[in-house]
Amino acid sequence: MEAPLNAGFAFQGIVIFLAAPLAAGVLRKLKAVLQNRLGAPVVQPYRDLRKLLGKEEVVSGTASGLFRVAPYVVFAATAGACSLVPVVLARMATAGGAWGDLVVLVGLLALGRFALALGALEAGSAFGGMGSSREMMVSSLAEPALLTALFVAALEARTSEAGRIAAHVARTGGAAFGPGSAFALAALFLVALAECGRLPVDNPSTHLELTMIHEAMILEYSGRSLALIEWASQARLLLFMTLLVDLFLPWGIALDASAAALALGAAVYALKIAGLCAVLAFAETSTAKLRLFRVPDFLGAAFVLALIGLFSQGFIQWGL
Amino acid sequence: MFRILRRCARTGLATLPLEPARDADYELAGEKLRESIRRLRGGRSLYVREVDAGSCNGCEIEISALTSPVYDAERFGVHVTASPRHADVLLVTGPVTRQMELALKMTYEAAPEPKIVVACGDCALDGGAFAGSYAVAGAVEDVLPVDIRIKGCPPKPSAILGALLAAVERAGKA
Ligand code: SF4
Repeated sequence: MEAPLNAGFAFQGIVIFLAAPLAAGVLRKLKAVLQNRLGAPVVQPYRDLRKLLGKEEVVSGTASGLFRVAPYVVFAATAGACSLVPVVLARMATAGGAWGDLVVLVGLLALGRFALALGALEAGSAFGGMGSSREMMVSSLAEPALLTALFVAALEARTSEAGRIAAHVARTGGAAFGPGSAFALAALFLVALAECGRLPVDNPSTHLELTMIHEAMILEYSGRSLALIEWASQARLLLFMTLLVDLFLPWGIALDASAAALALGAAVYALKIAGLCAVLAFAETSTAKLRLFRVPDFLGAAFVLALIGLFSQGFIQWGL
Repeated sequence: MFRILRRCARTGLATLPLEPARDADYELAGEKLRESIRRLRGGRSLYVREVDAGSCNGCEIEISALTSPVYDAERFGVHVTASPRHADVLLVTGPVTRQMELALKMTYEAAPEPKIVVACGDCALDGGAFAGSYAVAGAVEDVLPVDIRIKGCPPKPSAILGALLAAVERAGKA
């Protein structure tokens, strides 16, 4: 019983990867509509990836092997991180054995980001180095806030495995969503914006070299490498959205592997992600990008929110 | 914040349907285009890199209009990128000046195969108003193999987009 269940749990990571371009497409479509445009069809990201996978690669003469390896590391690390979170099926308390927990997830994401930053330095262009240094700055500020927000959820469920947290909150119902969770949810949302290179920290559709962060790092990549990086970053966005709904709003997620529960879980998941996409599209349409030197303030606010969440969670659980 | 959203809601859809390209507006050249389109899986996703080889910027103004809500090139999968490494299409404008000749060649080399070169505007086709100037190395064709030619000085945004899409479709079918 155990092994197939665990395999099924890890399989959900593949779902994230397959659905990620669709989520990105829906988000772009919503943004286009809010900008009074027609926008690309929602399947456009799939077409882009398919085309990129068939293209030749051009590699700068100064780049070493690291440049070629980096996209695979990014892809693999993101895939590993995706296999740690529940999508439609929570991880039962009865399921034996340990599964990678949230700290592993944060570590894997950091590994991917590290590889990408190194790869960007390889090509020897000025923009790659600029992008890398900015990305490192943003992530060094985002990571403490991310971990603190995740710990709030872990404290509530007394486990740091995403699957078990989702199971715990889903079973406990509304009582599990205390003030601590509300603060942590807000903090995680802000962190997700920074981690996935969305407005107001980074602009995913910018062409202005001086303001880009993520885009500056992938300027030198082409063909299949570019496809892998793009796909991984789309999966990263969906991963963060999944984390948001898993840890704080998991109601409806399947608690056992029966077909009815899984179908309900899938439907509820799609609905929640669509809702999050809409929130993100509204937020991105109505905010401007922050000056780079204001990003620490933004992420500082996220960290403080997470910290308040952690304290209030602690007070509620153990008293003063 | 809400002011922007209210304004968006009041404006409604600004995108106009694209008028079909007139045959007089553009020309196809070469067998290579057909092969490129096939390898680009039909050209439903085109990353465009704009290269200004010395134009008067008239063409650039028309091209930047393509990303506006009115023309919305994105609905056809046409996307302007910041790097020649991502490019499927090199959209070259202006006569090739001596200063830009090398840069244009390097951009071509930096783009991965399959790539489509579009000469956009009369200057790019034959030097236009600047033909014969001591600063001009020649038309785009003298420097790079050109796949699609778009006429006009400057071509209308709808003509640029329409010609590009029609050319891709015709080459894809043939
Ligand atoms: S074709 Fe006309 S608008 Fe375009 S660069 Fe030449 S002179 Fe300028």
